[in-house]
Amino acid sequence: MEAFDLSLINWSRAQFALTAIYHWLFVPLTLGITFLIAIMETIYYKTGKEEWKKMTQFWMTVFGINFAIGVATGIILEFEFGTNWSYYSWFVGDIFGAPLAIEGIMAFFMESTFIAIMFFGWSKVSKGFHLTATWLTAVGSNLSALWILVANGWMQNPVGMQFNPETVRNEMVNFWDVLFNPNAINKFVHTLYSSYTLAALFVIGISAWYLLKNREHIFARKSIIVASIFGLIFSLATVYTGDESAREVAKSQPMKFAAMEGLYQGGTNAPLVAAGIMVNDNESDAIHNKKKLIASVEIPNMLSYMIYLKGGEFIPGIHDLVHGNEAFGIMSASEKIERGTVAKNTLNNYKLAVKEGNTAKADSLKAQFYDPAFTKDYFKYFGYSYFTNPHDLVPNVPLNFYSFHIMVALGFWFILLFTLTLWLSLKNRIADWRWLLRAAIISMPLAYVASEAGWLVAEFGRQPWIIQDLMPTMAAASNLNSNMVQATFWIFFLTFTVLLIAEIKIMTKQIKQGPNHGGH
Amino acid sequence: MFETFETTTLQQYWFIIIAVLGALLVLLLFVQGGQSLIKTLAKTDEEKTLLINTFGRKWEFTFTTLVTFGGAFFASFPLFYSTSFGGAYWVWLLILFAFIIQAVSYEYRSKPNNFLGAKTFEMFLLINGFLAPVLLGAAVATFFTGSPFHVNELSKSFWDSPFYGLELALDLTRFGTFLNLALGLAVLFLARILANLYILNSINHSELLKRTRKSLMFNTIPFLVFFLFFLISILMIDGYAVDDQGVVSMESHKYFTNLIEMPLNTIILLLGVLMVLWGIIRAYFFTASCGAKGIWFSGLGTVLTVFALFLLAAFNNTAYYPSFTDLQSSLTIYNSSSSHYTLVAMSYVSLMVPFVIGYIWYAWRAINSSKMDAKELDDEGHVY
Ligand code: HDD
Ligand code: HEM
Ligand code: HEM
Repeated sequence: MEAFDLSLINWSRAQFALTAIYHWLFVPLTLGITFLIAIMETIYYKTGKEEWKKMTQFWMTVFGINFAIGVATGIILEFEFGTNWSYYSWFVGDIFGAPLAIEGIMAFFMESTFIAIMFFGWSKVSKGFHLTATWLTAVGSNLSALWILVANGWMQNPVGMQFNPETVRNEMVNFWDVLFNPNAINKFVHTLYSSYTLAALFVIGISAWYLLKNREHIFARKSIIVASIFGLIFSLATVYTGDESAREVAKSQPMKFAAMEGLYQGGTNAPLVAAGIMVNDNESDAIHNKKKLIASVEIPNMLSYMIYLKGGEFIPGIHDLVHGNEAFGIMSASEKIERGTVAKNTLNNYKLAVKEGNTAKADSLKAQFYDPAFTKDYFKYFGYSYFTNPHDLVPNVPLNFYSFHIMVALGFWFILLFTLTLWLSLKNRIADWRWLLRAAIISMPLAYVASEAGWLVAEFGRQPWIIQDLMPTMAAASNLNSNMVQATFWIFFLTFTVLLIAEIKIMTKQIKQGPNHGGH
Repeated sequence: MFETFETTTLQQYWFIIIAVLGALLVLLLFVQGGQSLIKTLAKTDEEKTLLINTFGRKWEFTFTTLVTFGGAFFASFPLFYSTSFGGAYWVWLLILFAFIIQAVSYEYRSKPNNFLGAKTFEMFLLINGFLAPVLLGAAVATFFTGSPFHVNELSKSFWDSPFYGLELALDLTRFGTFLNLALGLAVLFLARILANLYILNSINHSELLKRTRKSLMFNTIPFLVFFLFFLISILMIDGYAVDDQGVVSMESHKYFTNLIEMPLNTIILLLGVLMVLWGIIRAYFFTASCGAKGIWFSGLGTVLTVFALFLLAAFNNTAYYPSFTDLQSSLTIYNSSSSHYTLVAMSYVSLMVPFVIGYIWYAWRAINSSKMDAKELDDEGHVY
């Protein structure tokens, strides 16, 4: 095994997590609110009523403030793959780089070009052209989500590639497999719909505040109606696609799934845990670092049913995945480590043969990597060769469990909330329901909690892999000095925090001023 | 169509695209040049607002071009991406930092309750205005002067200097450092020249324009000094030549040889330099008749010059990202690229570029239809 500088790896992880989490504070609002704005402007275009123009412009101002900091936090992520994960950038750059480049060419330019018209074109271009620009801004931002999620989906479930021992990297052999990776598709729809949900909650929350303050009645009620319809549709879609995602995870990343569910011992009748508290399980031995659930609410047999849409199917738990379970055909981690090591040794022998000039031997070893049986039985587990202890393959279970359950619980709450706000505002009674207005305000930050929790599940659940089964996170980092990464971590932490404070202060000021003032 | 191309053709095609993006990026650095000039040019608050809004409406293009430049380099030459970004860590992080603070500054500067105050955001714009062109220029210079790194047999890169990129600008014992700095400064002054020309083209304000003309001359002189120093030096120094087997060696006057052996590229380079100068001359000496059009010549000239410099560093059997600590680790177009399949896929994507440029052009014109003046700012909904 190679020696890795753990402190370097942990600081690199912390830095990536920090910047990604910051970026994700701003992205979902952009993804959703651009569509809400486009809908409002469409109504203005059709009716010609000034109040709809004012609404459009107000939410545009809010969007502009959010967008600027979203862009500021995005650029760092793109380059961090090179600066902090440089070996990763080589090992999979042949596949991973393409979506990133397409994102720039296709999506970012579209977004930044039409945003300029959206903000500066009111008096310069025709109403129709302006409306088109607004829609294109929304499409552009959502396209950028597509490509980055294709990239991320590929890290969760690598497909469409072939390992080339000569260059020591994975090379793309099928672009369409990468694009239509089921994991990527699920991620794309779930992420978009959840972001639309978040944007709807944002608009409703602010409008509710106006109603509580007895201000901007017409503006607030209209905004609530548009956002409630939008939100109800997409919160239902979020739950639906989230469920699909979970099923996909159960198939391609069973360890992540077991961690999400807190499932240690698998079975054919695994219960669905609706809620619970995790504590250390002192009875089992310490290496396992096992947790157990207390005070949990469980629905018996439900899990198998949810994943396979029929009862009686085996769902592996963490224990099965580590130690194997022959009866159900689950390979143990040590077996995977052995197989991965065979692949790694084949690579090393190939490199040796090349160095020695033994062409015949080199060619035959190289050919192995192009043999489908070798790929399936050995190369598939390449990443496992970095491990010696099977328990290192278990992600952080409580973190996954809680994040997942918080996200799910909030998903259902949001549906209820949208139903109520829609119903009451159609009956024109929403202003009287003060507790509901308060709940709507509180749900605004909760939307962010749910959304970030989703990413925590997706990313922490994948650990210790940066690319599922192929490359562990520890092997991906650049050869830097850990102090440098630590220094940049703090620089970003400070910078982003200061900018976030500025953003929040500006945003609240604009909201307090309301749609009838400023507009700049 | 692209499937039938040789890998080497695709590799060259992609390096040409990278060169185009790099050239456009340098052109768009006029926004940075403008930011670095605001304090000198504007005497009143109104003038300052006018300038900030002139450049503020364009900053996204520079930013997005940088992002796309990075993404395209990653997709087509991943070994460059992992070697340079993971090695010259401080250079790239400083560049990124300069862009992070820029992204919020326009939008937040004049908003009430903005926490840091307008002055701070203006300071951010100033920092970005100086830092970004100098560092990007210096980074491009390393295509000629080399960097300290090696790549092992598993294609893992290692930086051979504990300063992770800072040595490229601070190690005064190497002649290459001076060239890096010279190109960095040349790009800075070029960006300021372009900014002056852009102002002459798009602002209606006679006081401001007078100062801008003066500033144009003040920036042209240092630009010429630094640029000519860089250009003449690289024609004198030894370059990193690659033979048919991929073996890298130092060859005297390699870049001069490239100039002779790639006559078309040389013509582009000379034409580019002449056009930059012609744009300046027009704007300065014939202000009344055609001053406003200077940006067109100098802008196009900039693109041609930078484009030709990229090719000079990479074509004709030259290593474009040379290592001076381990010659054989030097990156060439041919040993650092993506696979044939990925290059083909990306080549199809590249067909969209003209279309993208088309709509950018269209949208830009829609917004720039009239010259910017104080009145226009009053009419507009969104002011920085
Ligand atoms: C408003 C935000 C929001 C809400 C209410 C939900 N989600 Fe979610 N979820 C996300 C926001 C999100 C996200 C931030 O968009 C994630 C992170 C990564 C991703 O693909 O989407 C995510 C990921 C994510 C994953 C991990 C996918 C993976 O690792 O590939 C699963 C299994 C679910 N979600 C399932 C659900 C279920 C069953 C929900 C409701 C019943 C739910 N989510 C509500
Ligand atoms: C690690 C992954 C990511 C990278 C490398 C990345 C990169 C970037 C970059 C470079 C920008 C600035 C673009 C510009 O020039 O305008 C940006 C902005 C943006 N990104 Fe990300 N991004 C990542 C994750 C995501 C995700 C997961 C999504 C959506 C699902 C997303 C959606 C957006 C959007 C909508 C913007 C526009 C600005 C905003 O309001 O936030 N990004 N991103
Ligand atoms: C924007 C929302 C995202 C959030 C909140 C997020 C969150 C995280 C977190 C918390 C980690 C650290 C996990 C750990 O400690 O190992 C991480 C790691 C990482 N994520 Fe994500 N992530 C996001 C999007 C993405 C996307 C879209 C990609 C890919 C394009 C991505 C790629 C990575 C990489 C390369 C790492 C570093 C290696 C690792 O630790 O796994 N992330 N992310």
